[in-house]
Amino acid sequence: MEGAVARAAAARAEPRRRLRDQEWFWGYAMIAPLVLGLGVFYLWPVVQSVYYSFTEWTLFGDSTWVGLANYRELFTGPENAKALKNTFVYAVWSLAGIPLSILVAALLNARGLRLVSFYRTIYFLPVVTMPAAVALIWRWLYNGDYGLINYLLSLVGVQGKSWIAEPSTALYAVVVVGIWMSVGYNAVIFMAGLQGIPRHLYEAASIDGAGPVRQFFRITLPLLSPSIFFVSVLTVIGGLQMFDLIYLMFGKANPAYADNKTVVLLFFNKAFEEGAKGYGAAMAVVLMLITLVLTVVQFRMQKKWVHYA
Amino acid sequence: MRSGRLWPVHLTLGIGAAAMVAPFFWQVLTSLKSFTESTRTPPTWIPSWQWSNFAKVVEDTPFLQQFGNTVVMTTGRTLAQLLFCSMAAYAFARLRFPGRDAIFIVLLSVLMVPSQLFLIPQYQIVQELGWLNSLPGLIVPGMFSAFGTFMLRQFFLNLPGEVEEAARIDGASPFRIFWSVMLPLARPGLLALGVLTVLWSWNDLMWPLIVNTDPERMTLSAGLSALQGEHFTEYPVLMAGSLLASAPIIVVFVVLQKQLIQGIAFTGSK
Repeated sequence: MEGAVARAAAARAEPRRRLRDQEWFWGYAMIAPLVLGLGVFYLWPVVQSVYYSFTEWTLFGDSTWVGLANYRELFTGPENAKALKNTFVYAVWSLAGIPLSILVAALLNARGLRLVSFYRTIYFLPVVTMPAAVALIWRWLYNGDYGLINYLLSLVGVQGKSWIAEPSTALYAVVVVGIWMSVGYNAVIFMAGLQGIPRHLYEAASIDGAGPVRQFFRITLPLLSPSIFFVSVLTVIGGLQMFDLIYLMFGKANPAYADNKTVVLLFFNKAFEEGAKGYGAAMAVVLMLITLVLTVVQFRMQKKWVHYA
Repeated sequence: MRSGRLWPVHLTLGIGAAAMVAPFFWQVLTSLKSFTESTRTPPTWIPSWQWSNFAKVVEDTPFLQQFGNTVVMTTGRTLAQLLFCSMAAYAFARLRFPGRDAIFIVLLSVLMVPSQLFLIPQYQIVQELGWLNSLPGLIVPGMFSAFGTFMLRQFFLNLPGEVEEAARIDGASPFRIFWSVMLPLARPGLLALGVLTVLWSWNDLMWPLIVNTDPERMTLSAGLSALQGEHFTEYPVLMAGSLLASAPIIVVFVVLQKQLIQGIAFTGSK
């Protein structure tokens, strides 16, 4: 009797177990290519890079353990302090693009506005265009002798400069291009955030006699703060890793090149042009730590100003 | 707001839009000028239509090879990412197996690491495989993406379970259910990831710059940056080249902008 019950239970459980076995098998099989690829090309390399940061490489490809020597060198080189400062300057000034993106998003969200997808396409052109092409265009616009920018300035009586060849202006000239390239991208994120704000809040506010400006500061901005937080974290991380525009806009012959390198450009010089792999790895590790610290600080500070509905 | 009162909105957006397109407008004008014309001050607004600048790029540089390399790299990376990421995303979202969540979290940690930390070992792997200056060297490390897996997993999590259950009762294997039932339903997610990957791949600079140093094996972005160094002064020709290099991605964007915008809006609304 009991045996029969157990047999019946086993018979019922049998297909379910087979199903579960099948699910396990397919689960592992379906994640296998990705796990293998990410493991070999991303996860293991992180471990290797950390190890390399304690070694020095010879021209023949051998490496020897040097302990903290790379890190010591990192903190004493004047070149590094300058690159770090440039990187921070770039990242902080990049944040200036956020108010612009919010403005664009808020305008595009105006009720009854036509041509939204037309404007969106235009604002998005710099986002999708190849950075190598963008850099080229702007180098020409910034050109001290034949550049359009200086010509336009001369029309209003301002004497222009060789913006990207001048050590004091070169970095800011690139910041402008960086902001120009990212306004459309950030505006899309802000538009999604704006669409999440319930209309009735505005209706209630206008009944209470609040004008558009007051509504913007009392309703829109606080309720948009999660998006603002997200975009500013992305902007700072992107700024800290700035490479493309700086590399492309400053040729080696540029007098501003040496003074305006960012950390990642220096990393590229060291690890791939000079072959100092251990030293380059140490730079990458320090950059990761800086990114981590700044992101944690931003997450801590978010409690003070980010409102989640 | 009545639409009659929208003119300040249009005015502001219009000024911004002009600032967005003006550099491209100048690029097109410059690409059609002769060299002496391009250096004239005050600048000329009507170019002398030097279409030969475009021919010059194609004839004097390995433009066509680089174009081909870029197309192959972009297609290879995108198709592989769509396949590998969607398979893994489905398994992480819908199948039960031991260690699933732990493995997923470990993979996600890749997203938080700056790419410079991968580069040196990736370069060495590619070098040891003999893939420097080759297409596999360009393509293979870009075939896997933690971001893509995360994004598609969200799509699979949000799909209804009934169809899946019905297929399961009919005895279909999990892979069969994924391939014939769930994948078609996840089409919007796949398209969004596809467009993002195409964009990111076509414009990628640092990796191609490092692994392929032979001009014939370069991608367009690396080729264009190398060209800037050499032919420093021939701006009209360079402008023609950069127009040709960036035009395809702009066409892709104009055709598939809804998907791209969705994908980007999605990254901001976790």
